[in-house]
Amino acid sequence: MGNIAAWFSHLNDTTGINFTIFYDPFDGSRFLNGFWLTLELSAISIIGSLLVGIAGAFAQGATFAPLRWMVAAYIQLFRNTPPLVQIFFFYFGVSAFLPSVKNSLGMSQPLVGGLAWACISLSLFAGAFNIEIFRSGMEAIPAATIEAAESLGFTRAKTYIHVVLPLALRVCLPALTNNLVNLVKTTTLAYAVAVPELLYVSNQIWSDSDNVPEMMLVLFIIYMVLVGFLVFAMHRWERWLRVPGLGT
Amino acid sequence: MRVFLELPPTLHRASTGSLPALRLAPWHGAAILLIILATPLYGYAAGGPAPSSALAVLVRWTPLLLRGFGLNILISFMSMAIGTLLGAGLGIALISERIALRATAWSITQFFRNAPWLILLFFMMYLLPYSLHLGGLTLALPDWLKAVIGLALPVMANIAEILRGAVQSIPPSQWEAAESLGFTRSQQLWLIIIPQGFRRMIPPWMNLYAILTTSTTLASIVGVNEVVTLAGQVLGAEGGGPDLLAPLYGYVLLLFFIYTYPISWATRWLERRNAS
Repeated sequence: MGNIAAWFSHLNDTTGINFTIFYDPFDGSRFLNGFWLTLELSAISIIGSLLVGIAGAFAQGATFAPLRWMVAAYIQLFRNTPPLVQIFFFYFGVSAFLPSVKNSLGMSQPLVGGLAWACISLSLFAGAFNIEIFRSGMEAIPAATIEAAESLGFTRAKTYIHVVLPLALRVCLPALTNNLVNLVKTTTLAYAVAVPELLYVSNQIWSDSDNVPEMMLVLFIIYMVLVGFLVFAMHRWERWLRVPGLGT
Repeated sequence: MRVFLELPPTLHRASTGSLPALRLAPWHGAAILLIILATPLYGYAAGGPAPSSALAVLVRWTPLLLRGFGLNILISFMSMAIGTLLGAGLGIALISERIALRATAWSITQFFRNAPWLILLFFMMYLLPYSLHLGGLTLALPDWLKAVIGLALPVMANIAEILRGAVQSIPPSQWEAAESLGFTRSQQLWLIIIPQGFRRMIPPWMNLYAILTTSTTLASIVGVNEVVTLAGQVLGAEGGGPDLLAPLYGYVLLLFFIYTYPISWATRWLERRNAS
């Protein structure tokens, strides 16, 4: 590690190419914290959006009509408004109606912080798309399959969990991958509500060290790697789940 | 047991582009209008200021907000024009027969499709100079123009993908037939394939434009005086009360709805017409 730090310090001294995050411990640690926070934000939102998608797609098949209408309204609302406005809505709008609590220093702080609101609104944003994706996957399942499950005594929930969802998931994985990639890119919007994720800490670092091009380069590479890793993992999963004869 | 399943058409479309499709219905506009009208009434019932004051604020600031919205539209127009021109070139390179050219175009496309739009905006904000000196000519680069360039880049990559997808959706027999008639490669592309693929490019192109229009609000984060920034300033000037928050931002949403709904409707109409 010492060698790397020394080399980047040397690079700065000789060429002026200033990657502070590799030799300055303070910048390094806050950048790393930002990176972990982006990972956390992405992981929580991905899991949250999948849960929303699975639950929503199930609710869309309910016999109770008002529930179906509510899910439909939710999908329309979150699909057709900018995610930035959604985050603002939760962070400024909803947060104002919640009580504030005292933290360990005796200062009052909102009950739900920026990170939690970012996770919630990103999960709901991507979840709305996930419901549509799961639903279109379910459309591909022949009615006879569901009738067969019914005739074997499966309830609607059991049919969904054991028959419909496993088949639909395999069909809709490519579309799901697209949406999750989009979600990881959208986590940068948490910047707007002061969540110290990658873009936010990078902004702090380049404000202090005046090294915008270098930090931009690092940011681009990290998001490329993150998205690349996600796509790779999803493709592996797709291959692993593959059932001969199903889908294309 | 072997199960044979057909992919539904929605998935075929979704897997060609990473961008979500904007699907607006008339009742969305009605719902937004209800928010604008109902929240001041609710606030009045809860002991707030008279409902007419919130609407009066909206009316008073409409000229300013519309000017801000005009900037959003200008940004979207210019980004789309620049992005389409560059993207068409990039898309042609994506289907080139020369491997080196194809690989370069592919990496550029992947880069700009996978980079977050907000980071591209920041990139342009910080790295473009304040003015360009071309010979003796000095060209000022205001923030909104930098935002145009920042938004044009992801548009370019998506256009390239749309073009490639449309060309690939043309049956290979068309290429073969054109070749057997003695057309050169570029003649095959320009006279046979592109005219057929063009019709399929229009709906995703319009959807991309609708998405781009809503994405112009990102420019408010980097300090461009577009409609969301101005709405925040109006809120500040009027005392920043939470009772004005919903009507004001609802009003901004309504502006975007009025603009994007016809585009969304026309996109669906074209898709339906092409499908049949």
